[in-house]
Amino acid sequence: MDARYKRRKLTNSLSTLLSGVAVGIGLLGLIWILATLFIKGVPAMNWAFFTESTPAPGSEGGGMINAIVGSLLIVGLTTLVSTPIGILAGIYLAEFGDRSKIAAVTRFVTDIMLSAPSIVIGLFVYALFVATTKHFSGWSGSIALSLIAVPVVVRTTENMLKLVPGSLREAAFALGMPRWRVSLDVCLRAVQGGVITGILLAVARITGETAPLLFTALNNQFFSWNMDQPMANLPVTIFNFAMSPYENWQELAWGASALIAMLVLLLNIVARVAFREKSHS
Amino acid sequence: MIDTNETVAQAMERQAAKSAKFLRQDRLFAGVTLSFASLVLLTLFGILVSLVVQAWPAFQEFGFGFFYSTTWSPTDGNFGAGIGIWGTLVTSLIALLVGVPISFGIAMFLTESCPVWLRRPLGTAIELLAGVPSIIYGFWGLFIFAPLVQDYIQPWMIRWIGEPFFGGPPLGLGIFTAGLVLALMVIPFIASVMRDVFETVPAVLKESAYGIGCTRWEVVKNIVLPYTRVGVIGGIMLGLGRALGETMAVTFVIGNANRFSLDLFDPGNSIASTLANEFAEADPTMHIPALFGLGLILFIITFVVLSISEWLIKQGEKKAGVK
Repeated sequence: MDARYKRRKLTNSLSTLLSGVAVGIGLLGLIWILATLFIKGVPAMNWAFFTESTPAPGSEGGGMINAIVGSLLIVGLTTLVSTPIGILAGIYLAEFGDRSKIAAVTRFVTDIMLSAPSIVIGLFVYALFVATTKHFSGWSGSIALSLIAVPVVVRTTENMLKLVPGSLREAAFALGMPRWRVSLDVCLRAVQGGVITGILLAVARITGETAPLLFTALNNQFFSWNMDQPMANLPVTIFNFAMSPYENWQELAWGASALIAMLVLLLNIVARVAFREKSHS
Repeated sequence: MIDTNETVAQAMERQAAKSAKFLRQDRLFAGVTLSFASLVLLTLFGILVSLVVQAWPAFQEFGFGFFYSTTWSPTDGNFGAGIGIWGTLVTSLIALLVGVPISFGIAMFLTESCPVWLRRPLGTAIELLAGVPSIIYGFWGLFIFAPLVQDYIQPWMIRWIGEPFFGGPPLGLGIFTAGLVLALMVIPFIASVMRDVFETVPAVLKESAYGIGCTRWEVVKNIVLPYTRVGVIGGIMLGLGRALGETMAVTFVIGNANRFSLDLFDPGNSIASTLANEFAEADPTMHIPALFGLGLILFIITFVVLSISEWLIKQGEKKAGVK
């Protein structure tokens, strides 16, 4: 009896220890990556990094301004396009989609698109857009990213709208409001914090996406505002520069990685904190 | 505002007109939102159709052999998906073998042993790991992690395990390292699903088990795991779906060699890494269709895996609703 008791106790301690080790591995991974970015990336972020364009092969110095502006344009446009689409689709699923077959299928497909391989979305936009217009462009990069961002917005909007109490909806109906105004002015307004969280998470998700841009926006060595041409952007530039043999290119890539990581983590944390406060009040 | 001289009939008519107007607006609104929701569906069909259309020349040229041939040679225009499929499946399998036990440990720690005040910050930290863009995993994997694997892990494994899977030479880059980086990437996804389903176990069940003297491990093994089995498998499938389609992290560290080898330390290629490396400079006659063929295979595999995962996680949630 005593030996058995000891063995059970030992197994238990061992399992607790191992689960602690597992958490340690996860935390170690996060801290290790962030520390690497901090040590290698922050020194690279000097004045030239934010003012000069990417250097030609073999030349010294240079910066990332063309890629930073390109990323801002592509991500900005994507956010403008995917926010209304995502919110309206989310409203359909939450407000009209109770017993509809289309809604059930859409919900299922949206969940799958959330995890679908982003490189295949790049292929799709290439076939649809780049192959027909015969050139790579910032526009097509934005389209590819929108296809990734929309499902994120749809799902958070729907989940948030589901939290609106039925009594609030009924009260609005009792005042004689039409359904569309109840959806937009009552329900959506009641959960706007949560919906904004969804948009922030979508932006965080697409800011670092590289694969769908590889054969849509491509890259551009020069500064450009023209969305109809190949456009420099941070992720693809990091990819090209990290794989290059030039040391100053690699340094720039570390700087750009640190910049993206800071932005993405900041967005994630802001989204979480903002939503937590909302749900407590 | 209200006309006091209005008759009852007039008022009713006015109301009816207003109701009709509201009804029209509502129908329009429902239609507009429906059309946006359908966009998501259309995208899915669009992806499938465009991939099939673009890949068709490759299927015609190589026939069924395209799916298993291990020749991938852009120079003489001979293509088969075997290397890519092998690389994709094996790296994902390594990721699961390494990642699932760790994710389970994390979920168990967060739901059972962790002090309450620490749960939130720890959970958030693990979720942040999911937020790190994949290109950063790749970059870190290439410059920091792969050299360590090459210097410490691989020589040790070659010495103690060796042929046929760990024969060497220790290059650092290759299928094995890609699997390890993928493992780190899928941990947060699997762990957060597991944590969520573990939390659905009714407290009464667990308390009864503790009440008859079970240890924490026995509660997890005999109560929590059987109760949440379906959801746990769903979470693992979600991780698998993520690992299969991951592009950038794999592209950096897999070594990018179009050569088939059983040895996991050899460089290889996954479907996604082949696409990322070759597509922009591919020749449109047969190379591009072959790459689209790879994309189609990848999309179908991940679609099936993710569908199963969705379905299982839903089943798990339903159970939580019944309690």
